[in-house]
This record gives sequence, structure tokens and C-alpha cells, in this order.
Amino acid sequence: MDFINHQLFIKDINVHIDPILPKKTAIITHGHADHARFGHDHVIATRETIDIMKIRYGDKCAKKFTPLRYGQKYSIKNYDFTLYPAGHILGSAQVLIEKNNHRLVITGDYKVGKDETCKNFKLVKCDTLITEATFGLPIFQHPDPKDEIQKLIRSVKINKNNCHIVGAYALGKAQRVMNLLRQQKYNETIYIHGSLEKLCQYYSKEKINIGKFEKVSSKDKSFYEGKIIIAPPSALKDRWSRRFPNPIICMASGWMTVKQRAKQQGIELPLVISDHSDWNELLDTIKKSKAKNILITHGQEDALVYYCKKQNLVSKPLSIQGRSDEEIE
Amino acid sequence: MKKFSSLLHNLILTPSRNNKIKLLQDYFKILDINRAYALAILSDQLSFQFIKASKLRELVYEQVDQHLFDYSYDYVGDLAETISLIWPTNKEGKSQNLSTLIENIKKIKKSEINTELSQLLSQLSNNERWTLIKICTGGLRIGVSQRLVKTALADLYKKPVNEIEEIWHGLEFPYENLFQWLRNETSKPKIDFKKLFHPMMLANPIDEERDFKRLNASEFQAEYKWDGIRVQLMVSSKSVSLYSRTGDNISSAFPEIIENTKGDAVIDGELLVGRNFKPSGFNDLQQRLNRKKASKDLQEKFPVFIRAYDILFYKGKDLRKLFLYERRKYLEKFQKENKTNKIDLSLIIKFKTWKELTKYKNNLHDDLNEGVMIKLKNSEYLPGRKKGYWYKWKKNPKLVDAILMYAQRGHGKRSSYYSDFTFGVWKENELVPIGKAYSGYTDKELLVLDKFIRNNTTNKFGPVREVKKEIILEVAFDDVFPSSRHKSGVAMRFPRIHRIRWDKPTNEVLSIEEFKKEFKIG
Repeated sequence: MDFINHQLFIKDINVHIDPILPKKTAIITHGHADHARFGHDHVIATRETIDIMKIRYGDKCAKKFTPLRYGQKYSIKNYDFTLYPAGHILGSAQVLIEKNNHRLVITGDYKVGKDETCKNFKLVKCDTLITEATFGLPIFQHPDPKDEIQKLIRSVKINKNNCHIVGAYALGKAQRVMNLLRQQKYNETIYIHGSLEKLCQYYSKEKINIGKFEKVSSKDKSFYEGKIIIAPPSALKDRWSRRFPNPIICMASGWMTVKQRAKQQGIELPLVISDHSDWNELLDTIKKSKAKNILITHGQEDALVYYCKKQNLVSKPLSIQGRSDEEIE
Repeated sequence: MKKFSSLLHNLILTPSRNNKIKLLQDYFKILDINRAYALAILSDQLSFQFIKASKLRELVYEQVDQHLFDYSYDYVGDLAETISLIWPTNKEGKSQNLSTLIENIKKIKKSEINTELSQLLSQLSNNERWTLIKICTGGLRIGVSQRLVKTALADLYKKPVNEIEEIWHGLEFPYENLFQWLRNETSKPKIDFKKLFHPMMLANPIDEERDFKRLNASEFQAEYKWDGIRVQLMVSSKSVSLYSRTGDNISSAFPEIIENTKGDAVIDGELLVGRNFKPSGFNDLQQRLNRKKASKDLQEKFPVFIRAYDILFYKGKDLRKLFLYERRKYLEKFQKENKTNKIDLSLIIKFKTWKELTKYKNNLHDDLNEGVMIKLKNSEYLPGRKKGYWYKWKKNPKLVDAILMYAQRGHGKRSSYYSDFTFGVWKENELVPIGKAYSGYTDKELLVLDKFIRNNTTNKFGPVREVKKEIILEVAFDDVFPSSRHKSGVAMRFPRIHRIRWDKPTNEVLSIEEFKKEFKIG
């Protein structure tokens, strides 16, 4: 396992996983901005992740792209790479690295629960597991997302003169919220912030059921009464949100588990919908992977390291620069 | 219970005052006994003394690993919420009524409290569990003041809120007389005011720039603001009792007051330690605080007396509608009639202009006076912190520059931010901590400090982060005492962050010897 360092860099063959700065060869787990960056020479990722990078950064955001199917092996010298579904967002992948019979898995961001907007997580057995720990505390036990989305639907029914603005990350979470609404038979047009448009179109094109959506435009205020609007979290506090009639501010995020967090951010209707594993899923994955060596990246790593050590697993935190807790999802 | 816990949940997340009132009113429209329980809880009149935070920790440690709990608590910053989330079960069981639940808790025998309470907590959903713990420990902190609860009730039944306020302390659970009156079924409840603790009249800080231009000095009188604890003394031929500012009966802790006062009155004053009406400082008073009883020895070493500011009742007569200068005459009369070595009167400072008063304010006794009080001569005795009547003008705080050493996450409103700061001064080539502060900074400064801490952590001790020694904080504090409990040998009173000194290099910060010399600590 000494072939990869704490920056997820394999010096031997000059390959990085999810590097922050432009590099020669970068394996990208998924399209979120803290993982997928502009300017690498060679990007290796799933087709969907490459598509998303091109949508966000332009067709020339890397010099060369190598799309991999899930399960397809790709070798560089004596290193074999295989991507497996991570269940995080469309195109998200775990990276299995095999060298001299040692199997190392980098989970990237992942969730175990069901999600119609992407391929579901596949457990990969390994010797070394590098897992994320965004919600690595036992207080995080995500509820059924269906119940959470029902809260939104109920509130829309009761508060007919208000509009509901749902804060959700532009890539992945926004489309998941839309899909969950459709699963629960909410068939109205969903209104979206302009920054979501291209990604929503892409999801539609990939045949993910997000239903009918329309970009918010400068219509009469009263038009948005009773409507659901989805916007990136940053827009909630922006002047942008003031154009709507009596908005009820909602947020779809795993962080919404904690009332005090919701309150601090001025969220009136918190929806605990997460694209990361909760505590029990993290423990379960660690156990089922059969790995003896557990490295824990960004998030609440302390508690998870403590837990692993108690299970007699070799474990330590891996601090990856440029990613502080609570900025990600 | 489900209804009440979703009320609390919604109240905590609703920023708008009007919406909060609406939520409260929707709840109070229910006509059964549950709303009386809700009112008692919301107005902080119901709590379970035998269920303390430490008891709840004990229970949760039986359920989950202690370290994992501590990591989580550090992250969440709220005990009730941490326990409610980390508890291994989360089911929407068949919920009990709020009233049944509370009566059941009251009935729990002390010997069975752990098992009974654990069982109860296991039967609830997260949100109900959170509510139950909040009820048990008291002090909801959901951004709803008692005033707001009263306003909601008043508006709902179209009564003036002041009328509710007036009778409030005389009301008792289950408030039948209140609700009947609100619904116009009976007349206003009759309250025996003499026997009640009366909410105290409080002062607002003066805004030197604005207020002195606006206010007419001749309409005001000034008194020294003594550094003791504010008390209300109720004397009658039958009994004497002493109350703290929050209405707690503290009679048993100060027997010499109870035994040596007579007359028939309700007095507002400051409790101080000292002999022959010569106060000896807050440090001495501290020896008498937070004790249920006082030994003869303690009474002898640290005798207390009351410096009277005001009088609310005299021989059964309610004086609260009189003006301050009129009440003062009654106060003087009371004191003359009931001479004792336990009560003297607060001196009235005579001044003609604000400039003249400034001289007094700049010559205050270092240890004894916190500042001066400025009171409108024509002020009725109004409970609470009403604007425009009484002002406090605090003396300038002491200031020292110190280096940020450690930080910890805050609680409540500031949870998740690194907002508790430990700072120190030099001791040879090392730093020694002299205090800890968690207020005083602006929201902007907090964000800057939080970011600095996250990016410049050099070491972690559990929840505490050690940081690069680069940031100088100008710390304001009221006082500093020698202390054998602290490594530095000093303990500060009410330290807060005054500002961040970006301009100053760390080597210009004082040494502990210089610090002690400057603030005259032996």
C-alpha cells in the first residue's frame, strides 16, 4: 500500500486520483468541483464524468480523455485500474487499484442507499480501503429520502401562497430531489435556477426521470406561488431569492440532520437527503470490504479512526489538502 | 407530544417573529390540558430538578461508546440534540400525550430513574426525544422569550399584553383562571401581590454619543452601580425572604439578613460583602455565592449587607406606579423606622450636566463599582428592560493584548464555529494561558478567526485545537484576580474579545510578570 501517498499520488507511474492542481494523468472519481478540476493532460474517468466535466469546463478542459466502463480494466505498467459504481451521483466511481496481488480501493464519495439517478454502489473487497467520512459520526443516520421529500410535498400543499425554494447542489443533488419528487407523484413543472439548466438537460438526455423543468424567468411574482424552485445553496442568501413570493427556504442535505446547523443557515424546512453514506453505511462498508487497512479521508475522520482501531483495524486519517470539512457535498 | 415537539421544531427554525406568534397561537387553540403544560414549559416554569445534564450523559453512555458520543457532542454543540440523534432507536411509536408523559416522569422513583428514563427515551422519535430532554433540563433556547408567549396569548384573545404581564407571577399551573379570563368567562384573576417575587426593573446600556445629546440631565439622577448581586428583599411581620434577580429564593444562604431585618416592605437592592457598610469586593462575595447554607464561620469572615436602591411595597401599599423620587421618600422612611446594620441606602449622586457626571464615572472605585446608573426621576417601577427609563454606564474595561493559543467549537448559536478562544502571554520563551473568551467579536471577525483556526491547526487535543501563535487578540475584561487554580496565577472576570490586533507583532505582547505588575496582582 506504500505505492500511494496521502495526496492520492502514485509516484511510480505519475498518476493522481482527484488532484486539485493540473497534473499529467488524473483519475477522476466524479464530477463535483472538489474532485474534478480543469487542466489535466490526461483524464481517466467514466463516460458520464467526462461528459459532466466538458459541460462544466468546456470540451478542452483536458488534453486527452479516456472513458472507462464500470468493471473495465485499464493498466499502466504493473498497475491495474478498474472503476466501480459509487452510487454518489451520475457517473461516480470507486477506483480499484491492483498491484502485485494487493487490492486497494479508493471509494471517492459514495452512498449505499438506492438512487434512481445513478448506478447503485457496488461493494468491492480489498486489502486497503481509502474511504470518505463526510458523515463519520454516529449522529448521522439518514432517514428514508421518501419521507423527507413528502415533507416538502406536504408543505407545498399547506402553504399555497408561498413558494418553496430548495437549496441543492447543482450537480447530483438537484436532480435527485427532482427525481424523488417524481417518484412521489409530484407532476408539476419544477422551476430551476439558471446554473442548473445544462446539467438538468444532461440528466434528461441520459434518461433519468427528473420530469418537466423550466428555468426561472422574470415572471410576475404571484406566478411562483405554490411552486417548487430548486437553486444552488449559494443562491438562497442572494438577492436572487427575493424575487419570489413569501419563500419558504428549504435545503436538501445530510447536514440538515442537525437542527442547529439548519437554524444557522436560516433554513426553515430542512430535508435530510444525502448523497453520502451515513455512519452505519460507512461501518458496514468497512466491515464487508474485508480490508485490514483503513485510511480515512475528508470529513469527520476522528470518530471513524477511533472506531476502526477498536475493531483492531489499522487505521489513520489521510488529510488531503484543499478540502476542509463542511464545504463538501 | 408529537404536536408539541413539532411546535418546538418549527419555532426554532422560524426566523420571523410574526410566524412564531402564529405557530404559538395555532398550538394554544387546542382546548385540553396539554396547552397548560405547554405554557408551563415555554415560560420556563416546569423542569425536573432531579434530571440533570450529568444524568442524561450517564444514560447515553449506557447506550453508546463514550468517545463516539464526545466526538459527536463536540460537533453538534447541543446536548439535547446530540443525545436525541445518537440514541440507537428512532421510531415513531405511539406517542403519549404531553400531559401523560410529564405526569409519568414526575412519578418515577429515584431508584428506578435510569431504567425508566432510558425506556422512555427509547420509545420516542428523534424530535420527540429532543423535546423531552429540553423539557427535562429546562431552558429551551429556541428563540422564544416569555414575552413572546404572552404576546401570542394576548393577541389570540385580544387582551393587552401588559395585563397578562402584571398577573403573570401570581399565576399557577394549570392556569385555569388565566384561560377563563382570556376567554371572557371570568374577570381578571386576583393576585396577592405582596407575597410574590416581582420581576425587577433593569437598565439598558447608555449610548454615550446618542443618548447624552438627546437626554436632559436635569430629569435624571445617578447612583453607583455596585458590584454585588441584585436582590429583592421581602419583609413582613410574618416572614422575611430574599430573592435573586431571577426569582430564586436564596434566603437560606444569607441567614444574617433574614434574622436582622424587620418592617413591612419589598426592597430592591444589591447584596454586598463588608463590615459597617464598607463593601470589600466581588472576590469576597464569591465565597458566599452558590452555597445553600452559610456556616457561622463564613458569616463571620464574609458578612453581607444590602445596599437598597428602591422600594416596591411599603406596609402593603403598592408603590410601583409612583415615580422614583416619590418611592425614594418611602425608602428613606422605611430605613429610619427599621434601623439595622444590614441595610443602608444607595447614595444619590448630584450632578447638573452630563459632563459633571463623567467626572464621577472616571473616578470610580476600581474593585467595587461597575459604573454608574442613570435613572429617570419620573420613572415608575417597570419590570424588565424597558427603554428610556434606566441606563447603566459601565466604566471602561481593562484591556490587554494576548496571543491566541487554542480554540474550541462553540455551542448553541455558534456551534460548528471555532468560537471559544484561549489566549496567553509570554513566560520566558513560552506562552502561558491567562483566559478564555467566547464573545465580543463581530460575526465577521468570527468567520476570519474560524478560518484561521481551521487552516493553522498545529495540534489537536480531543475537541481542542492548538493553533499557530500568530494572532493577537485585544482582550477586554472587567477585573483580574490572583488564582492558585490557574497555571498563570491569574483569573480574569468576564473576558471578551475586543478586537483583533493585525498591526502588532507577537513579541510585543507582555510577559506574565509585566501583566501582573500592570494590573497590580501580587
